[in-house]
Amino acid sequence: MLDDFFTRALVAGIGVALTAGPLGCFVVWRRMAYFGDTMAHSALLGVALSLFFQINLLIAVFGVAVVVSLLLLALQRRQSLSADALLGVLSHSALAIGLVLVAFMTWVRIDLIAFLFGDILAVTRTDIALIWGGGVLVLAALVWLWRPLIASTVSEDVAEAEGMKPARTRLLFMLLMALVIAIAMKIVGIMLITALLIIPAATARRFSASPELMAVLASAIGALAVIGGLFGSLHYDTPSGPSIVVAALLLFILSLLPAAGKNTAEKAGNQGVR
Amino acid sequence: MLMSNRARAPKTESQLVSLANAGIRRDGRWLVRGVDFSIRRGEVVTLIGPNGAGKSTTAKLAIGVLRPDEGSVARLSGLRVGYVPQKLSIDWTMPLSVRRLMRLTGPLDDADLLAALASTGISHLIDAEVRYLSGGEFQRALLARAIARKPDLMVLDEPVQGVDFAGESALYDLIRSIRTTTGCGILMISHDLHMVMAGTDTVICLNGHVCCRGTPEVVSQSADYLKLFGNSRSLAVYNHHHDHTHLPDGRVMHGDGSVTDHCHPDDGHHHHDAHDHDHSHHDHHGGHHHGDHAEAKGEGRA
Repeated sequence: MLDDFFTRALVAGIGVALTAGPLGCFVVWRRMAYFGDTMAHSALLGVALSLFFQINLLIAVFGVAVVVSLLLLALQRRQSLSADALLGVLSHSALAIGLVLVAFMTWVRIDLIAFLFGDILAVTRTDIALIWGGGVLVLAALVWLWRPLIASTVSEDVAEAEGMKPARTRLLFMLLMALVIAIAMKIVGIMLITALLIIPAATARRFSASPELMAVLASAIGALAVIGGLFGSLHYDTPSGPSIVVAALLLFILSLLPAAGKNTAEKAGNQGVR
Repeated sequence: MLMSNRARAPKTESQLVSLANAGIRRDGRWLVRGVDFSIRRGEVVTLIGPNGAGKSTTAKLAIGVLRPDEGSVARLSGLRVGYVPQKLSIDWTMPLSVRRLMRLTGPLDDADLLAALASTGISHLIDAEVRYLSGGEFQRALLARAIARKPDLMVLDEPVQGVDFAGESALYDLIRSIRTTTGCGILMISHDLHMVMAGTDTVICLNGHVCCRGTPEVVSQSADYLKLFGNSRSLAVYNHHHDHTHLPDGRVMHGDGSVTDHCHPDDGHHHHDAHDHDHSHHDHHGGHHHGDHAEAKGEGRA
């Protein structure tokens, strides 16, 4: 079954979407969209380093994303610049350094577009194993961390006061983000990973009455977007990553239509108050 | 778990938390310094003071959200805390019902959950989304959440903000009754001494340090309280003068004329006896003027 490149792409893409959904909800709730972008952009630096030092791509990308997120935490603590400006500095410098390093390495032929925007043709069986293995790991960690993550998203102070460890929770969350970025890179590409995190979560919001439901729906909507996007990509011969994001956007726009949201979450909320 | 610079166990088993000369510094400025108090089981301690006096900071020191840069804070090991913060904004993108909010930091029995919501008068809102609640309803939900945890220590940072006038006194009655029924300690921050008067054992007036302390009766009649909160509420008979003056630039002039950057008890001619503070001898004549009267008046609840 996995002999067909398209089937491989589907299986890999759905694996990524299922993992990205719940994580993406936290990115939305914690307002970390730009942070996710910064980590994703740093992935190209990881690609360059992996080529230069001949180390495993996944490990290099994960490592660089972790370093960048720790750097950001350290810089934020000094409070010399706003988090927003710091993210801008880190995000684009990481991307630029990655591009420059890749250009320097004239001896390697690298399909830059594939890294930036994803490439369904490039998905191997090993990739699938990594995506599903990593995905199960991330989801299991999320289940384990669920209550402290929700609590510290609502209020780090309350979580800390009532016996939790929000600092540790935040760190673990960043590691999970780095892992997802490393495994999702091949499917949607560096530039568009954040979209796969955020758009399904944003789409799920209107239909969700609880954080748990929103996480599950985001996974499902992400998987739908992957299926739609990949078929579109095959049909119109468009790059896989952008096609998936466009499909996700279409689902998001659908969810904004008045009829879609009214019968569910909003109404339940209003009734509760009256 | 002890969270302190110098780990120290509370002196007695009944002391839930005790602060000894605790201070916290940010950007070279002391937010609070020389704070000394403890809370026992069944005791209600209320912090009052103008904006920027360090009330919330002190509360956060007590529960370990902030670590002291000086002095120490000791908590009973395994202390169960229920915390109602001054500000809590939930991103509207998180779908959170009141029922779900109640179980934010730990599992709860349904019976406890329902009883707590009933006690704060919002049983009917159990399935409402938190983002549709009014300010007062949200405050009641937060208070219910803290109560339902059955904590050893409740820390309530302006627990009735946004609550209507009738509801305000009902909630203070509730807080009072929780103290008697469960025997938990309560650390409360409030601007309205009149409302909390009957239920408070100790009032601590903060302004970067402990200005004065005592029973509500004593503090409410002190010149210090009247300066901070307006004197229309009670007739002043008690003369309470501070021995130092807060200058507009944030520095402090002490009773003996010396000027320092902060009002640490060791500075100048400052007669705070940290442990056995007796108001009757606290009658120095230094002429006290807080630099931020206007701000303090704005903060007092009408």
